[in-house]
Amino acid sequence: MLRASLREVSAALKEGHVSPTELCQRCLALIKSTKFLNAYITVVEETALKQAEESEKRYRTGQPLGVLDGIPVAVKDNFSTAGIETTCASEMLKGYIPPYSATVVQKLLDQGAVLLGKTNLDEFAMGSGSTDGVFGPVRNPWSYSRQYKEKLVPKSHPEDEDSNWVITGGSSGGSAAAVSSFTCFAALGSDTGGSTRNPAAHCGVVGLKPTYGLISRHGLIPLVNSMDVPGILTRCVDDAAVVLGSLAGHDPKDSTTVQDSFKPFELPNLTDVSKLSIGIPKEYHAPGLSSEILALWSKAADLFKNAGANVIEVSLPHTRYSIVCYHVLCTAEVASNMARFDGLEYGHRSDMNKSTESMYAATRREGFNDVVRGRILSGNYFLLKQNYENYFVKAQKVRRLIANDFMKVFRSGVDILLTPTTLSDAVPYTEFIKEDNRTRSAQDDILTQAVNMAGLPAISVPTALSERGLPVGLQFIGRSFQEKQLLTVAKWFEKQVKFPMIELEEVKRHDHGVFQHQKSASFS
Amino acid sequence: MRVLSVSRWLRGAVRAPSGGPGSPQVPQPGRREREVTVDVLDHLEHLALVDFRDSEGVERLQKAIQFADQLHEVNTDGVEPMDSVLEDRCLYLREDDVTEGNCTKELLKNAKEKVEEYFVAPPGNIPLPKLEE
Repeated sequence: MLRASLREVSAALKEGHVSPTELCQRCLALIKSTKFLNAYITVVEETALKQAEESEKRYRTGQPLGVLDGIPVAVKDNFSTAGIETTCASEMLKGYIPPYSATVVQKLLDQGAVLLGKTNLDEFAMGSGSTDGVFGPVRNPWSYSRQYKEKLVPKSHPEDEDSNWVITGGSSGGSAAAVSSFTCFAALGSDTGGSTRNPAAHCGVVGLKPTYGLISRHGLIPLVNSMDVPGILTRCVDDAAVVLGSLAGHDPKDSTTVQDSFKPFELPNLTDVSKLSIGIPKEYHAPGLSSEILALWSKAADLFKNAGANVIEVSLPHTRYSIVCYHVLCTAEVASNMARFDGLEYGHRSDMNKSTESMYAATRREGFNDVVRGRILSGNYFLLKQNYENYFVKAQKVRRLIANDFMKVFRSGVDILLTPTTLSDAVPYTEFIKEDNRTRSAQDDILTQAVNMAGLPAISVPTALSERGLPVGLQFIGRSFQEKQLLTVAKWFEKQVKFPMIELEEVKRHDHGVFQHQKSASFS
Repeated sequence: MRVLSVSRWLRGAVRAPSGGPGSPQVPQPGRREREVTVDVLDHLEHLALVDFRDSEGVERLQKAIQFADQLHEVNTDGVEPMDSVLEDRCLYLREDDVTEGNCTKELLKNAKEKVEEYFVAPPGNIPLPKLEE
């Protein structure tokens, strides 16, 4: 049952095969038995069960609120949730209880979804591993899969076993791990440079970054206001469309959401792709791209070609500057956004009481990790009067060139771009932490970041397992506000590749009961 | 002019003369060793208030600047800076009316130190101590 898709479980709820409370309890039990993944920062058992109970009443009276009613979901811990601690995985916000909920969270709740908890991330969503949060790194559920374990070279020392676990990618690693380990049916992430798509690719789930302006950012604690979007993580493309439909639309509380009306859609089953033009941007054949992923990428291109689509090589010449450009724009916006954390109104406050300024400085030293402080400092440097033109404005100009590249390609008749999502499959934690955060982000966001510069929608679809038995995702990029076309193509692709389901060994060992129980009620 | 004012702030900054369109305006990063002066550091610390005063923090900043310098390989002559991808749209602005309020208690709940309805700060107008060379 827990392995079902959102739409399947929604149908089961409707037909009474399972009750919202039962479903919620099973998810909570699985969260407990998968605690070692560190996917959740906060689990709100009590309120979740209460929400499930209310949902149950609605189903009993035949008045469910819609497809999301009774569906257990999780939310990244950088979305404000009224009455529920919201930390951004930072010392700075430990203990902070927001007085309001983010619009997207409220929309989920208003449609009857059951909020199980808040998921782990890199501190303030700055990172690409979900390793740099104050609550510790998230472990990729695939580390404990039969598929991965079978391929592992046996180590002579059993104590080494613990060093084999791989990262989830980031920064929405907790959300990706939660969906991948079946503890919830959908989760919210955020995506500024690839933070939803990157962990989705590494955890074998679908990760959707919608068009900038389609979904409200109100209550999403900002990283880079001009690029942040809430992201959607689900088990399949159809589910992503369902969640998108329930979240999209203008929000008076976010002036950067567009006012065009959004009509939720169901995805058609594409039978004919011959009218499609698929662009393969040659610059995404980036240095460091693993041969394995390159091979899967060309196989995917061939798949479209053989089905009759027009597959052409295209060029996005400025894409290679997106990481540098992002580095300047991101740190600049971070420097400005993080000014609010001073210890006075909320969050951590240092005991230093000599002066206001010294209290601010001490609070921020104690509250932020090195990555965040480093970005604040660089951002302030790029914004200095004497550097503003040379760095900040220069980066804004480069941003336009990056965005124009995409526009030119789409104007030439290309419908969808197909690229890899990541350079390689997930690396072991012990490998990952050998490089610093900036270097890692620069490498890991390289295939995902340019999309945020241009505000375009993009989705990572699980494609195949690597030689090491780990998930590999490919990315589809669409035209602005053309989510339906993008998801339709992604769905067609998903159906062709038949990505295998994760077989969680460790969880079985950790909690035999839960999975046994589950199997008997499973759909597949 | 801009180039001059930048190099005044940066010890050891060496800049190649601007090339024509299409040619890189500044040499590849890595060839230049820039050092951020103590004055700039002091100023930055007052703006950023992150207490980064250790050699590691300074080194990280230097690397960040060096990384950003790659931007100067791109010819952006005649390109308008882009603030937002929604620049061609008319964005929603609500009426300037009060729509929420009476939440003093709730907002004060998250503060560590307060007196009645006030947030409490330590004494003000005391600048941070200057950095030593």
